[in-house]
Amino acid sequence: MKIRNTEHREEIVLQMTPMIDIVFQLLVFFVFTFKIVLPEGDFNIRMPSSSASQASQPSETPLLKVRLRADADGELAGVQLNDNQFSGENPFLQLHEEIRSMINDAGGPGSTDQEVEIEADYDLKYRYAMNAITAITGEIDDNGEQHKLVERVRFAPLGER
Amino acid sequence: MRIKSRGNTGIVEGDLTPMIDMTFQLIAFFMLVINFSDVEQDQRVQLPASELAKPPSAPYEQPLTIHLTKNDEYIFGGKEMTELSLLKSALLREVQIIKRYTSKKLADVTVIIRADGQAKTGQVQEVIQACQELEFERFALRGKQSDVSTIGGK
Repeated sequence: MKIRNTEHREEIVLQMTPMIDIVFQLLVFFVFTFKIVLPEGDFNIRMPSSSASQASQPSETPLLKVRLRADADGELAGVQLNDNQFSGENPFLQLHEEIRSMINDAGGPGSTDQEVEIEADYDLKYRYAMNAITAITGEIDDNGEQHKLVERVRFAPLGER
Repeated sequence: MRIKSRGNTGIVEGDLTPMIDMTFQLIAFFMLVINFSDVEQDQRVQLPASELAKPPSAPYEQPLTIHLTKNDEYIFGGKEMTELSLLKSALLREVQIIKRYTSKKLADVTVIIRADGQAKTGQVQEVIQACQELEFERFALRGKQSDVSTIGGK
């Protein structure tokens, strides 16, 4: 009797082309939708409307007023803390040092309920206001750790000037 | 004379394995870095830098994001506005939606303000004031993170 060879000796060839097509489609999709996301961060500020805050929380410490003046182009023309005018190259650094010395005198950084009000000229570029907030609210030490200085920051109401 | 067949009739296949390996690696990379949640970012706004700007420890619950460009335009809810009054009415609509459909207090809603570094500070204050009039209290002033001191320190 003749025995039939039932074993198929054919090699199974995997079709790579459709897979590679799909993979390239995916790759192209991801490449085109890729967008470098710059890290962003926030300054969290609790700013109730001025009438409500004055009525509810009478502060024991006197309010510090930071005045930011702008020139005609919106560039920074002067920084002032209460009656203390800062001039020179890094007015915000001086402002920071001044506030830090005041806070240190009054019982260590971070432990204060000191409030700072920023009064800026209308046309002043916002980045200077951001610099002022940075100078007021904290500092980064040599180890890269963040220390809080003054947490209560608010803008002066626009109508007052 | 016997003629030898010189032509190689077999199909020449390159080794595709390294290429497919690389391609999968690339796909995996792009899948990991893709970020669909950056809808609140807007390329028209160049944020001011600050070394103290830190990402929020927990995501805000349904924040409102107001953008301010250097051309004095407001962007809220994907719409560009040139007048503060238009922004105010859009905010008022938002307030009514929050009051009607959620149990949240307006004082607990965070308003994220993404203002351009060249925008006017006075305008930012106007936006804050408009929000305060609607009883919003929490504000997040957004800045770009910086590794170097922006106030001139070390």
